Amino acid sequence: MTTAIAEAPPRTEDTFIELENVTLTYGHGEKQTTALGLTNLRVNQGDFVALVGPSGCGKSTILKLVTGLIKASEGYVYVAGREVGATPVRVGMAFQNPTMLPWLTVRDNVMMPLKIVPPFRQEYRSKKNTEFRDRAEALLKEVGLANFGDKHPWQLSGGMLQRASLCRALIHEPQLLMLDEPFGALDQFTREELWAVMQELWMKLKPTVLLVTHDLKEAGYLATRICVMRARPGQIVDDAEVPFPRPRTIDMSYTPTFVSMTQRLRELIVSQRPVKETV
Amino acid sequence: MNQQLRLKIWSGVLIVGFFLLWEALCWLFNVSDIIVPKPSQVIVTLIQRAPALWPHTLQTLYTTIVGFGLGIVIGIALGVLIGSSRLAYAVAYPLLVGFASIPKVAVVPIFVLWFGAGTVPAVLTAMIMCIFPIVVNVATGLATTEPELEDVMRALRATKTDILWNVGLPRTMPFFFASLKVSVTLAFVGTVISETVASNRGIGNVMMIASSNFDVPLVFAGLMILAFLGVSLYAIFSLIEGRITGWAHRKDEFAMG
Repeated sequence: MTTAIAEAPPRTEDTFIELENVTLTYGHGEKQTTALGLTNLRVNQGDFVALVGPSGCGKSTILKLVTGLIKASEGYVYVAGREVGATPVRVGMAFQNPTMLPWLTVRDNVMMPLKIVPPFRQEYRSKKNTEFRDRAEALLKEVGLANFGDKHPWQLSGGMLQRASLCRALIHEPQLLMLDEPFGALDQFTREELWAVMQELWMKLKPTVLLVTHDLKEAGYLATRICVMRARPGQIVDDAEVPFPRPRTIDMSYTPTFVSMTQRLRELIVSQRPVKETV
Repeated sequence: MNQQLRLKIWSGVLIVGFFLLWEALCWLFNVSDIIVPKPSQVIVTLIQRAPALWPHTLQTLYTTIVGFGLGIVIGIALGVLIGSSRLAYAVAYPLLVGFASIPKVAVVPIFVLWFGAGTVPAVLTAMIMCIFPIVVNVATGLATTEPELEDVMRALRATKTDILWNVGLPRTMPFFFASLKVSVTLAFVGTVISETVASNRGIGNVMMIASSNFDVPLVFAGLMILAFLGVSLYAIFSLIEGRITGWAHRKDEFAMG
């Protein structure tokens, strides 16, 4: 089955992330696999874009391309108007696995980006026990971990670790926030709680967010735009605005318009599933 | 805590019991001093010969610590080099195993040939004895760092050195200390081997001369001193390990302190 590839919205002054005719292939010759087919994507500054689609459709690949962790085989990736890597853009990242460093306290984990990223890096020694520490504590308090700064990661539950992971992704006030299924391993209630936390933080700090998720309700709750991808080759097949006002609530996700939106997305993804090859 | 105390008491009972049994068996079967001396006799020898044994003990301790120190420095350097990339790890590992499988006794004559008998070959033997476990553990610790941890750092544009200092080395610490505990005892083995073969100082030399004079209580006294030194250094490193890598054992005391 072939479907039209979604058109990327036009380039404007607000365009922050731009993928121009990007493809990504692994390996050589016969064994070559295409992780990402010809892809165009534009994301405005301060936008919250969710990438949804079946496994192996290249959602995470897009995140890695935009952060410069991998290079496009063909095409160009621009961030903040220049090719990725050329400008120092502050990036925050959170994964499904909270990846806390077990030898540090939760607070020190949260402060790690300040130790690495300029301009904070230069001031880390002098401010780590004053300003930076207060900033970490304030952020931890905001996600409901007020008294857990001195704990070690293994003393926290999965949901708490994921909250701390969000703090770490945001402490250095990133312009770009990359979320790779950050709530994927959590139970439904914790997840919904964290959506609210995430929405609040985003509305306050306004970073540009790319969220990879399998959860359509999550995408609808958080994103301003949802891009649907298909697998083999990975491509964006649908790109739609989410019209609901903010702040959104869980109740909103049970309204008929919300339900019909997620239903449409679901059908789209199912119809894009690659046909099984017969042997 | 009570449970731990009980375990410690039982360990003590076992050690004391071991020596008592030894003593009793010697009495019971009327074993000659030249074959196995009684522990009481060994202790008497230790006390009587203390003034003569003391400088040799210091010599052995000094040699071992210098060799061990050099071994740590070179071991970490090589370990970081080999562990820093998967390629280096795969390429260098066979050579490393080759070197490690050479019996270290066999290289003592070479060191003696190069540096003459005495302290230098002993230091070098202690050093090469303890390098291998350190290199392997540091390299393995670094090479098995979770890629997600590195991704977090790389997304922040951390340099290779940043990643090494903030993720690689701290993560490797439990491996490193495990290897230190093995290495410190190996360093003693190296020192004593070399002292036995080519030196006129150190406990190894004392034991060599004592055994050729059939002064078996003195040989056993030397063994006791070596055991004591080995256990002491092992204990010191266990203590440091507990402080630095408590996170790996998830100790509550560590978390609170």
